[in-house]
Amino acid sequence: MSARYGMVIDLDRCTGCGACMVACAAENNVAALPQATARTGLTPMLVRKVSNGMEGGARREVFIPIMCMHCEHDTPCVRVCPQQAVEVDKATGIVMQVPQRCLGCRYCMTACPYHARYFNWWDPSWPSGMEKSLNPGVATRMRGVVEKCNLCHARLHSAKEKAAAQGKREIDLADYVPACLEACPTGAIRFGNLADPRDPVTQESHSPHAFRLLARIGTEPKVYYKSRKAWVRALAESVSGRASEAASEVKNV
Amino acid sequence: MSSTTITSSPLADSRWIARGAERTTLSRFLLWLAPWVGLLALGVYAAGLCLYYGLNQTNMDNRFAFGLWIFLDLGIIALGAGAFFTGFLVYILKRVDLRPVLNTAVVVGFICYSGAVAILMIDVGQPLRAWFTFWHPNTHSMLTEVTFCISCYLLVLCLEYIPIVLRNRQLRKLPSFLVFEHQLHKLVPVLAGIGTLLSFFHQGSLGGLYGVLRGRPFAFRQGFFIWPSTFFLFILSAIATGPSFLMLVTATVEKVTGRHLVVREVYRRLGSISGVLLAIYVAAKSIDTLVWLNVTSPSEGFAPWQFYMHKPFGLPILFAEIALFGLLPAFLLSYRRAAMHRGWLLTGAALACGGVLLNRFVLTVQTLALPTLSFDEFLRYTPSWQEVASFAGVIAYGVIIYSLSYRYLPLFTPLKGEEHVSGD
Repeated sequence: MSARYGMVIDLDRCTGCGACMVACAAENNVAALPQATARTGLTPMLVRKVSNGMEGGARREVFIPIMCMHCEHDTPCVRVCPQQAVEVDKATGIVMQVPQRCLGCRYCMTACPYHARYFNWWDPSWPSGMEKSLNPGVATRMRGVVEKCNLCHARLHSAKEKAAAQGKREIDLADYVPACLEACPTGAIRFGNLADPRDPVTQESHSPHAFRLLARIGTEPKVYYKSRKAWVRALAESVSGRASEAASEVKNV
Repeated sequence: MSSTTITSSPLADSRWIARGAERTTLSRFLLWLAPWVGLLALGVYAAGLCLYYGLNQTNMDNRFAFGLWIFLDLGIIALGAGAFFTGFLVYILKRVDLRPVLNTAVVVGFICYSGAVAILMIDVGQPLRAWFTFWHPNTHSMLTEVTFCISCYLLVLCLEYIPIVLRNRQLRKLPSFLVFEHQLHKLVPVLAGIGTLLSFFHQGSLGGLYGVLRGRPFAFRQGFFIWPSTFFLFILSAIATGPSFLMLVTATVEKVTGRHLVVREVYRRLGSISGVLLAIYVAAKSIDTLVWLNVTSPSEGFAPWQFYMHKPFGLPILFAEIALFGLLPAFLLSYRRAAMHRGWLLTGAALACGGVLLNRFVLTVQTLALPTLSFDEFLRYTPSWQEVASFAGVIAYGVIIYSLSYRYLPLFTPLKGEEHVSGD
């Protein structure tokens, strides 16, 4: 049976500590790149701080972790890649990037509405000695190719190997835990199989407080967010290009 | 280049110039080329930096993943459409009255396309993997269609350019070259047909490149079958402005060389074709904009007018695209009384070319600058000197190739029985 791995991120629990970003970088051998700027660095998991646009006592802020949303329908990056370097794994629903085949044309980055794809503008480098801490299960990416979150695919492989060793066809989901989830100190990130209606994550995704970013464009992202705060939900679902307008809409309501 | 005449120069150079043609002295010609060679050298150096050190030499980033290069690539490919469209008019529609500018159209097209391909090769992170697109093509990607058609069409342009090169006075003396040129020349009508087909597809798929981006609501368009409306608008705008660019190039060469190269009637005919097609394009573009404002964008959950709230990309840019660079040149080019005046005709041609460049700018740069997520900010991007210099190098390359072609090859061929002081 095919899985549909996805996440629910509880924004009310996220403190913006960035542990998920660090864990993601360490797990996936993301280059440190001291010369990079906020717009040229590699952050497959990026925690963004968003405000309601108000000032003073009325100001509210929320942290929103942004990563590849693993879009399910008409996946924008898969559709545009000229040489099939991006594909959706039908067995897992994970949108996979194949760096060895990537031309570096960056058309997929242009197509992604979430800005969740990153180009290797520099040769990968780490501070002296840190190369010893690289994860042997994940290949580093060369300069000139695109990379993104692949839901810690190396961990999926490990879980598959373990299941195979035990003579099982399906993995135990407890063996497949993405690094960001593992590192989150508040348990804001939850991961599961959205194809399984009994999975707590699937049930949580149907919560009235759950929402998806840009769901209206119809790409069926598999990363859900959750917040009890109406202004946060309105902010993320707003059709407006301005956060403050969304906040005022909520205030007016 | 002035009108100094070489009659019996002892320089070997004069033997390469067509018999009876008037060209400036070699020293003046080299003086003209010198700054362009300098600019080309700077461009090659900048491109070398980008290839050696990587695209960190540019000011593009993860959000502005496409920049100056893509905008100008789309621009010059549209301007170079005069090559295939003139071939189509002459060989397929039998408009032999345009034959005098056919050779120059081929050279302009060759320069535009080869320059664009050169820049594209710098613009990708792994240029040595360019062949992967042919080996692992994603048939759903507009970029695959662009890659296939542009590569094939550049080959066609080479095949069309070779007979012109082989018509050089010295090269014609080689019997094998003469036979080859003769045989290749017989193929030109077929090549014109193939070129037209390929060009329709790649001009269109360049438009589709952005039109299919569902995640970029400013550019996303609905369309017919697999092609968004921008696919058809790009074809129309390219064939509308191609002849205008040809007029501008010819007029510039006439100004620089001080020679009268084609009769005024050819200008007027090119202007008339350009003007009528531009009027059709403006009408189609207006309808497309209205559909996008009222149907496409709201159905995707966006308020389209908000995209025009970000300065400097306000409503004036839309007005400029449709009225100033659309309706006005269409009128100047197609209205007979205006077109009779060379100044107005060339003003119309310049506005038409400016319009197509503005359209490509809006679709590429403005699209990326605008926010998609509700908490995104409007982005700014300024190209680095390496990006500017690389493209300046392409312009210099174009001027050099055209200058050499003008000096040594028969670019402007008068019609039978037609008399003008072409110097060819």
